[in-house]
Amino acid sequence: MTATVPVSYALFLAILLFGIGTVGLLSRRNVIFMLLSIEVMLNAAGLAFVSAGARWAQPDGQVMFFFILAMAAAEVAVGLALVLRLYHQRETLDADAADELKG
Amino acid sequence: MLRLLWLVPALPLAGFLILMILGRSLPKRWAGVIGAGSVGLSALVTFAVAGSYVGATALPDGIFVQRLWTWWTVAGLHPEIAFRLDALSLVMILVVTGVGFLIHLYSTEFMADDEGYARFFAYMNLFVASMLVLLLASNLVLLLLGWEGVGLCSYLLIGFWYQDPDNGHAARKAFVVTRVGDVALTIGLFFLFHHLGTLDVHELMTRASAQWTVGSGLATTAALLLLGGAVGKSAQLPLQTWLPDAMAGPTPVSALIHAATMVTAGVYLIARTHVLFALSPTAMHVVAIVGTLTLLMAGIAALGQRDIKRVLAYSTISQIGYMFLALGVGAWSAAIFHFMTHAFFKALLFLGAGAIIHSLHHEHDIYKMGGLRKQLPTTFWTFVAASGALAGFPLVTAGFYSKDMILGSAFSSPMGGVWLWLGGLVGAFLTGLYIFRVVFVAFYGEPERELERTPGGLIRGPLIVLGILSIVGGFIEMPGTLGGVHILTGLLHRTLPALPEHAATGTEAWLEVAASLASLAGIGLAWVLFYGRREAVERWVARPAGATLRRFAHSGLGFDWLYDTLLVRPYVWLARINRRDVVDHVVRFIGDVCLALNPALAATQNGRVRWYAAGVVFGAVLLVGLVVF
Repeated sequence: MTATVPVSYALFLAILLFGIGTVGLLSRRNVIFMLLSIEVMLNAAGLAFVSAGARWAQPDGQVMFFFILAMAAAEVAVGLALVLRLYHQRETLDADAADELKG
Repeated sequence: MLRLLWLVPALPLAGFLILMILGRSLPKRWAGVIGAGSVGLSALVTFAVAGSYVGATALPDGIFVQRLWTWWTVAGLHPEIAFRLDALSLVMILVVTGVGFLIHLYSTEFMADDEGYARFFAYMNLFVASMLVLLLASNLVLLLLGWEGVGLCSYLLIGFWYQDPDNGHAARKAFVVTRVGDVALTIGLFFLFHHLGTLDVHELMTRASAQWTVGSGLATTAALLLLGGAVGKSAQLPLQTWLPDAMAGPTPVSALIHAATMVTAGVYLIARTHVLFALSPTAMHVVAIVGTLTLLMAGIAALGQRDIKRVLAYSTISQIGYMFLALGVGAWSAAIFHFMTHAFFKALLFLGAGAIIHSLHHEHDIYKMGGLRKQLPTTFWTFVAASGALAGFPLVTAGFYSKDMILGSAFSSPMGGVWLWLGGLVGAFLTGLYIFRVVFVAFYGEPERELERTPGGLIRGPLIVLGILSIVGGFIEMPGTLGGVHILTGLLHRTLPALPEHAATGTEAWLEVAASLASLAGIGLAWVLFYGRREAVERWVARPAGATLRRFAHSGLGFDWLYDTLLVRPYVWLARINRRDVVDHVVRFIGDVCLALNPALAATQNGRVRWYAAGVVFGAVLLVGLVVF
């Protein structure tokens, strides 16, 4: 077997990416950047799957990544459409401006 | 003909239904015809049934039962809609339909100017139907249905002129006070069913005498509970306060419900369950003592009234006291005999009073009547006949024979005694005094005012018929010393046991003389005081002691005041301090907490996506934290 990266490194990277995504999601008000942050978080999750699949030599991890990939593509399509509608209606991309559903 | 028995209550019920549904669209004439006609037909059927019952000697135990259908079946209790005809219920339904018909006839003229003519007859018919169900019921559940039915009609008819709030108040009082007794009666029924497992009257009596010994605590409890119901319905001590106020209803109602029929339902109930009472000497003593005290108390109270109808109301309470006295000493037949004669003469007294009130612009005060002897001769003579019967005027009136039978039994029965007899004798004296006070004050002297109108044939007819009955009604039962006619007791003894022994003929004659003297003394004193020397009475009443005594008698010996102080006021006071429902605060606390938390939780729903995302993250961290650590 060739030299491998220890799985803990990969998981650590995944946690780091997920944290960066989360912070980005919570701190940015621009909807586009929030979507980008979500992409980062999704990929962090994907990384965790793939590394885990490699660790136990199972294909499941990679299969799950494909699912995530497809889901992310769909999410971006819907998300960007919503962003467009938002921009048309409010002339802004500030997520906090759309708070009609407040209790 | 016995098979027609079901028609007896069904006809008035049909009359009620027709009048209730079509009442408003029927012309008055037709409403009267249906109202009086249904009861009249019912009376005819009753006479036919009575004829065949007297002729039928082959009936087992003298009981004819007509089963219509089973009412319900629950947990071993399956009361039937079944009518039971025996000597006791036969005499009762004869009086109820007969007197009831006369009163309905009278009402067609008496109520002619009233707005609620059809409504009046609808209620009256419902009353007669309920009363007949009560009397004919073969089990106590059906009896209770009739019992509550007559209570409802009593309420509806006392408050018949509902525009006046006082009438509504009197109606509610009557309903609530009798309800106190009804609760005891209902508990009594549960008690009987629990211990004996049936509520069919015949079966119940058989099992009671088989399972309970004389004087057992269970029998006493059951009898006293039933007595509670009887006391409420029959306006005996301590639940008598509703009857004088019940006079707020139209006068025919007072005659039918609050004199002749409904108020004697208690007497009927005790006679119906006499086996149970016979098992409990204690309960019998209580019945006799309640009766004696009531007849004395009501006799005194009647002396203090100015309203003619209130005099008669107290008189009714007093006379039912006599019936209770008779029941309490085991003289069942005497009680039923007095019920019958009382129904004749007391209905007549009320109808006579109604005729006066009708002719005098609704005047109730006897001191504002005066001199009516010449103005209303028919009313005068029939009223005197009824008063004589009520006072027990010797030999020629019905009341003499029935009252004499009660007094004789009170003296000679093993359960009676000198004290009970003496109470009854004083009561007889008071009766003569208070009723002839009314006669002399209202009918003699100078006329006080012009008549508004004179009563027509439909009012005078029933008066005359009842007047004749008040005289001859007693001749069907005469003591051994006076010919010894025993038609009524001969019939009643098919159902009710006779008193074990009779007094010797010498004692019997002596008792009759004493009773006659007491009643004559009362009448004589009334003649002296209220015919001859009225000024002397006025002077005496003007003095402080006399005024106090009169007020005391006028207030019905202060029972209303007593109950007001002991029960009504504390209750109203409690209700007032509990206006904001203390118990409700416990429930309302939950709502208050929710309302207080609402603003805080609503603030979290601010509509911002990032805030929600933060919430999700926080939740996820919390969950993961819980799982990991």
